[in-house]
Amino acid sequence: MRDFSIQRLVISLAIAAVVMLLLPLGMNTFVLTPLLIYGLLGMSLGLIWGFGGILCFGQAAFFGLGAYVYAISAINIGESTFPMLLAILIPAVFAAILGAMMFYGRLGDVYLGVITLVVTLIFFKFMNSTAGPEYVIGTARLGGFNGIPGFQTLNVPGMADEYIYGDSLYYVTFVILVLVYWLVNGLLQSPFGRIAIAIRENEQRASLMGYDIRARKTTLFAIGGAIAGLAGALYANWAEIVTPGLFSLGQTAEIIIWCIVGGLGTRLGPILGAAGLGYLKFLLGQQAFLDNAIVMGLILVLFVLFLPKGLIPAIEDIWSLSVGKRRRRRPARRRKRRALSNG
Amino acid sequence: MDLAAVIVVETVYIIASLVLISAGLAIVFGMMKVINLAHGEFMMMGGYATITAVHLGVNIYVAMLVIAPLVVGLIGLVVERLVIRYLYGRLVDTMLATWGLSLFFVGGVTMIFGNTTTGISTPIAGVSVGDYQINGYNFFIIIVAALLVLAIWLVLKGTRIGLIARGTMQRADMADALGYSPDRIYMATFFAGSAISGLAGAVLAPLVGLVPSSGGNYIAKAFITVIAGGPSVIAGLLSSSTIFGVVNQFFTFAISPVFGEVALLVAAVILLRLLPQGITSRFFRGKM
Repeated sequence: MRDFSIQRLVISLAIAAVVMLLLPLGMNTFVLTPLLIYGLLGMSLGLIWGFGGILCFGQAAFFGLGAYVYAISAINIGESTFPMLLAILIPAVFAAILGAMMFYGRLGDVYLGVITLVVTLIFFKFMNSTAGPEYVIGTARLGGFNGIPGFQTLNVPGMADEYIYGDSLYYVTFVILVLVYWLVNGLLQSPFGRIAIAIRENEQRASLMGYDIRARKTTLFAIGGAIAGLAGALYANWAEIVTPGLFSLGQTAEIIIWCIVGGLGTRLGPILGAAGLGYLKFLLGQQAFLDNAIVMGLILVLFVLFLPKGLIPAIEDIWSLSVGKRRRRRPARRRKRRALSNG
Repeated sequence: MDLAAVIVVETVYIIASLVLISAGLAIVFGMMKVINLAHGEFMMMGGYATITAVHLGVNIYVAMLVIAPLVVGLIGLVVERLVIRYLYGRLVDTMLATWGLSLFFVGGVTMIFGNTTTGISTPIAGVSVGDYQINGYNFFIIIVAALLVLAIWLVLKGTRIGLIARGTMQRADMADALGYSPDRIYMATFFAGSAISGLAGAVLAPLVGLVPSSGGNYIAKAFITVIAGGPSVIAGLLSSSTIFGVVNQFFTFAISPVFGEVALLVAAVILLRLLPQGITSRFFRGKM
């Protein structure tokens, strides 16, 4: 509970509020909302990869699952409160089952990556093939490659006609992002979070201390799935259509790139990485000369080679080198002098 | 009876194409422990190299069997020198870097060739079996896959180069002490792996409409076949290709092609859960 105090909470809430009110002055909220959603999605992988050491190649599976669950249940129910909850719950349960299967089997890093990747592909292939009229859940047709359009979008809880869209969707998303950020923060400072980091650092040592690694990793994985599902539901509300593209390899790769670029093991890094690269992608989409994938690919390769810790830790390093040096130099000199006079 | 023959040929063909798809990756992963996620893009570029060469008037077999492997092998060489050699021994980092490369290649090919489907027709006519028609090109793929596996086996087991390569993969420091440069051997192995990926992509190119993102269709299959195969390069490749090929064909004929693909992926997940180190960690131990 070291970093957690009322003062810090107030300051960061104030910063968040100022950022929330200032951002729409410079940019369209229609562009801003997906950036926030990407931030949320980046945070979900940042949590399980950066703090839990679980490299999941299938975060897009939970994202897409959240979006699809929201769309399907919104068509069937017609009011958005319960579908939103379902879109968090079902990906979480699915992640828990998948995680339990992998962690109780004590699979290594690479095998975990393969299985999560394959699960994402299964969703992608299956959803692409559901064009026929026999693929129906309730009254919702899955629609194959064309996806599901025309579902009830987010509304004020209890009032199905009061839609939340445009500017208000932006504010709602921002509040959700800040809320989830603080929940994740609290989780990481709780004993559960500290032990998750211990497991990341040395799994064997943590298990010898008596912690049940498998259960803890599964829980963390499920939490990551829940956040990704929430991001998916919000994305469905913003785009007003869900397509199998949400499950694509490109989507999964992007989430990983966000985390690497922003900085693994930092809380803010994946969010900023996601929003920043999302905006870069938006800018690149406006010109036809350079293909998007070339830039994203180059960024990933260059970061892995030259800046594997990501931007935020690198900036912190530079900061502590330039500012921290002056503070640290004096005691060192004194010690040296003492050593000289002793000798 | 005719149907049975068709099913047998189709199943062998699926197994052969899985072998082809995975062989390049199996060499790079099985011997160097480098997971090349740009493998699918190497195959895609092999396909594009073939099509470009054929449009320039080169004989299709020369284009497939000589030009494509050389072009992709050279690309692999450049990639190894510029990126991968700094990442040996860092499994997760190589995965991420090669994933970046794969995006880069998709983007590059899109810029050069455009985001449209290209293709060439198969050079071999169909074969009739009773009431059914089999694509004659399937036999060509089966033969190429068989020859490829045989060639890999002969080179690794029978030649001095293969011996040096295998020795280096086991103990790079000992090979170094005996006067062989591990750096060069890794480079050569990666070249060979890329060239085989290029060959596979070229041979499969007439069967598919090629788009810059075609690599994504191959990479997952190649990846799971190699990982499920386990530590032995050839035995692992053959055993996992056989299992996945049979599962795929069974569900394809029983339900639909999409279900065949999905069943293959589900089988992979189950197999990895049961044998996390791959098939050859339990069976065919110590074989090549």
